[in-house]
Amino acid sequence: MSELLLDTPLPGIRVQRTPRKWRFGPLLAVSFLGFLIIAAVLPQLFAHSDPLAIVPHDAFHPPGWAHWFGTDQSGRDIFSRVIYGTRQSLFIGLAATALAMSIAIVLGLLGGLGGAYLDRGVGWLLEILFAFPSLILALLFVAVFGSGIGPLIVATGLGGAPGYARMVRGQVLAVRNAGYIESAKALGHPPLRIITRQLLPNAMRPLIVTLTMGVGQAIVWASALSFLGLGARPPAPEWGTMLSMGRDFIANAWWLTFFPGLFIVLTTLSTTVAGRYLQQRLEGRLA
Amino acid sequence: MTSESLVNELPNPRRERLARLGRRALWRLLGGVLVLWAVATLTFFALRLMPGDPVLAILGGPSGNPTAETIAEATREYGLDKPLAVQYALYLGRLVQGDLGVSYSQHLPVTRVLAEQSWPTLELTLTSLVLAWILVLALTVLTAGGRRWVSSLASLAETLSAALPHFWLGILLLAVFAFGLRLFPPAGSDGWRTLVLPSVALAIPLAGFIAQVTRESLELTLDQPFVLTARTRGLSDTAVRFKHALRHAVLPGISLSGWAIGALISGAVVIEVIFSRKGLGRQLYQAVQAQDLPLTIGISLVVAAGYVLANILVDLLYLWVDPRQQEHAA
Repeated sequence: MSELLLDTPLPGIRVQRTPRKWRFGPLLAVSFLGFLIIAAVLPQLFAHSDPLAIVPHDAFHPPGWAHWFGTDQSGRDIFSRVIYGTRQSLFIGLAATALAMSIAIVLGLLGGLGGAYLDRGVGWLLEILFAFPSLILALLFVAVFGSGIGPLIVATGLGGAPGYARMVRGQVLAVRNAGYIESAKALGHPPLRIITRQLLPNAMRPLIVTLTMGVGQAIVWASALSFLGLGARPPAPEWGTMLSMGRDFIANAWWLTFFPGLFIVLTTLSTTVAGRYLQQRLEGRLA
Repeated sequence: MTSESLVNELPNPRRERLARLGRRALWRLLGGVLVLWAVATLTFFALRLMPGDPVLAILGGPSGNPTAETIAEATREYGLDKPLAVQYALYLGRLVQGDLGVSYSQHLPVTRVLAEQSWPTLELTLTSLVLAWILVLALTVLTAGGRRWVSSLASLAETLSAALPHFWLGILLLAVFAFGLRLFPPAGSDGWRTLVLPSVALAIPLAGFIAQVTRESLELTLDQPFVLTARTRGLSDTAVRFKHALRHAVLPGISLSGWAIGALISGAVVIEVIFSRKGLGRQLYQAVQAQDLPLTIGISLVVAAGYVLANILVDLLYLWVDPRQQEHAA
């Protein structure tokens, strides 16, 4: 009943708006992401010890004042390693998402604009990529090209591409018959210009949100691959690699795996919350 | 025209529906075969492109120090001296007959390894999927559209669990419940007790994902006029939720479950490695590293076939739950 009344504003009565949802959450999420970006650019600001410095007599120090996140089996400070790992993890996440999106745009445009046969071909290709669990693809890829950051990015990007491509294709199909495309054609704009200036920007708008969340997912994926020993080589401060190293000591030193994992979770959580807030803003659902 | 012939000519809606479902299933199966062929081909060439001599992989790696004669013999025996295209054609020919070859690293027929290792993985993924759906239904049906703080608390729980990487969750569960409290064994694959921690580690992130979409669609459904109608007929809140709203609200979750099968199998690789479980995932991980071509293709094929079948099932389930979709689907 009260909702009915609120929907019809009466003169002289201020309409009570519903309070903003996620007001506190997005703020926290964006500040954490900001912190990560600063840590990636200037890790020295937060970490005061060398992430690779070995201090044997300090090994397996539990978290405390001297070492916030404790030390690992070689006495390396885990907090410093997590902070220094930010750069690599963020870079992998961003690069993999960018790669996945580029593949997706090419496939989506081919499928959406290329006519019935090409569309069916792209459909099969996507079906095949979907049926190939991304981890198998990644395992094969790394087996062929060796482990390291580069193959890790490509493997993660390839795994994410079919999902994005399906969305891009759907968007292209939805947008391509829009009035503004028709009028651009009628005005005699060349096709490439229509694609880059009209079609893509409009088709991509709903994907911004997916991309924001995708970066978080890509970081999780890349960490899973590093965890299996397919990514950065062990002493390197990378979150997944640190998890994988700490696994051997899980029975008596939980902090080796807990803190790198916590940062992965917080990063994914932040991108999800920020992405969802963006979505609500873009769709105008937020008063 | 007699009335009898008129009856004969009238389409029987139920049979029509079944026929349409059957045609769709057949069409999808045909597509599935094509997908499997592509998977086999892709895997074959990927592994042949791999650096390292496949003969060394067969003879137990470079550390085995085989003599030149054994190398030559093995090369001939496995047909590795023939051109790649011929090897591929031969392989494909045997594949069609159901012969997957002999594993390079285990020297056992691939079909036997697959038969042994498929069940533990199937057990793990199915348990996780069921567990995830129980969590989803418990979380969303009972809390969606209810009191604000309950709903936001549940929503927060879902977002958090969707963000948890299963490998981290697996290690934490291992640390707390296996090494700390000693409630469950830390490794192995015999008995239900070994299944608990791995399937929980896989189910929680998955439940988070499915619950997010299910909650959103449930909240939209609860605003629909037919829900109001059901309520005015005096149905209890629980009955409205389970009997009327749920059927509409599970649809996005069902189609997400099709995707989830792939994600679960990828997850199973990591989880099986963490918990040292028997299964296709860990086997695949070892097979790729040992350049075991027949075993890798065999596992990839089984996994892809499982994915294709699961998606056909999901597709049909979707049409069954929502018959309205059939009009567009045919």
